[in-house]
Amino acid sequence: MNGIAYTRLELLRTFRNRRFFLFSLGFPLVFFWLIAAPQHNKVIGGTGLTYATYYMVSLASFGTMMSMISTGARIAGERQAGWTRQLRISPLSVRAYFRAKVLTGYAMALSSLLILYISGSLLGVSLPAGRWLAMTGLIMVGLLPFAALGILVGHLVNTDSVGPLMGGLVSILAFLSGTWFAITSGFLHAFGQFLPSWWLVQARNVALDGHAWGIRGWITVAAWTAILAAGAAWAYRRDTGRV
Amino acid sequence: MTATAITHTDGGIRIEGLTKTFRGPEGPVRAVRGIDVTIAAGETAALLGPNGAGKSTTLDMLLGLSKPDRGTVTVFGRPPREAVDAGLLGAMLQSGALIRDLSVRELVAMMSSLYPRPLDVDEALELTRLQGIASQRTQKLSGGETQRVRFAVAIVANPELLVLDEPTVAMDVEARREFWVIMREFAARGKTVLFATHYLEEADANADRAILMAHGRIVADGPTTEIKARVGRRTLRATLPDVDPRSLADLPGTASAERHGDAVILSCTDSDRSIRALLERYPAARDIEIAGGSLEDAFLELTSEPDGKPEEPQTEEPQPQEPRPEEPEPQEPGPETEPEPAAR
Repeated sequence: MNGIAYTRLELLRTFRNRRFFLFSLGFPLVFFWLIAAPQHNKVIGGTGLTYATYYMVSLASFGTMMSMISTGARIAGERQAGWTRQLRISPLSVRAYFRAKVLTGYAMALSSLLILYISGSLLGVSLPAGRWLAMTGLIMVGLLPFAALGILVGHLVNTDSVGPLMGGLVSILAFLSGTWFAITSGFLHAFGQFLPSWWLVQARNVALDGHAWGIRGWITVAAWTAILAAGAAWAYRRDTGRV
Repeated sequence: MTATAITHTDGGIRIEGLTKTFRGPEGPVRAVRGIDVTIAAGETAALLGPNGAGKSTTLDMLLGLSKPDRGTVTVFGRPPREAVDAGLLGAMLQSGALIRDLSVRELVAMMSSLYPRPLDVDEALELTRLQGIASQRTQKLSGGETQRVRFAVAIVANPELLVLDEPTVAMDVEARREFWVIMREFAARGKTVLFATHYLEEADANADRAILMAHGRIVADGPTTEIKARVGRRTLRATLPDVDPRSLADLPGTASAERHGDAVILSCTDSDRSIRALLERYPAARDIEIAGGSLEDAFLELTSEPDGKPEEPQTEEPQPQEPRPEEPEPQEPGPETEPEPAAR
């Protein structure tokens, strides 16, 4: 069956790239312990959440967002190697190609999430099983726009610029979405809600009362997914030349 | 599957009126200028030409990687994309690398899994002499090994048409020799092979037929022996004042002659006969040098045929006396192959 063995080996080779893997998992983890550990039981004003809960989800959002966008770096590398052209002269369908890339991104994101959940639990985050699941589900849905963004970026830029672009983009999105400190009012609060990453970070509110996204969150995530998926398909189609 | 394998290759490869122009920094680059080629199933053909001749652009269109501006390509009766989806094509593209973090065997297996009728992975590794390094990671291979893995990736598809774009560029002499042995083994299974090269020897030793490209056109198409005869032309240079080059051009074994100051330059089809006749008739000739004609010279000569398009800039000297080289003979099996591209 076209694509299954391909996806399996694609996953295998991603997890084998130890430096890349440890870096993308380790970075959010280190930040979490640095920020949350000293006062993990203290409640952050205006949010009702403890430091541990707040930063567990914030940095999970940050880490998983990185995992998804880093698909772009892998694609850019494959293009540079001429491998994308090699795949294009094989019967691998576009659908199967995208599926492998997205699944690989999700596999990395889940690893990142799991490590932060464990760290959070160690610092006293305790939720009913249903809320853990709901939070995970929201994060998975919230990552859809970033799955598409990774493919879009990978087919648009070359290996030299993909690193700075990804780093810059994720930093700005993380800042505007309240990853580092709570944004509860004002212009940033109004503006942030238009960003897909905002809703990713909002998944933390599941810990409060089981609800995190209103209709606005779902619409924003769906709209970004549609726009970026269209962009990814466009970038893939036009990217047939030699790099 | 084996019963239907014959019908997969009906029609061979047909390229008609193929044209591609790129935007370049100094205006449009007419990479391919209307070429027609027919390659029968089972044939091994070399696409021969200097850098920038349009070989890779032609192969890209054949593989469905780029769209022609005009003209059509069919591979076994189908458009290239359909032939790709049916798993009929395998290719070793120019200057590619491998993806990392897989073993050689895993990478070949990964590609094999995409095709409907692949070779057994072990068979592909054995054919390409890779069993010894099958468990090595792809990022740890030497340049020559990398090329062999890329070759294994192309043939594990078990394609009916194998396309190789300058496959031996990064190889040393021994690796090159071995590569062509493997290629011929694969071709002997009844496969159609088209490879691009700028080495005449490679075309001569490994192809039934050479298609010469220069400046986006096909300038000759026929058995390699014929091409070799054209390239075999040598240049004889001598100091010989006060002799009309026109009379020199009539010497036996001499195709053309021209004068540069006191020197005359003869283009010889048989330089042994030329020099004997020259010394017999003009004993004053001195400082004689004979140089072998290069493939590049042959391309230039072939592209400067009198009915060549005027925008061809490569003619350095007008050669009015030069007898027009005979037309390339259409010896390939394709019925409507038109080997004189300037006619269209």
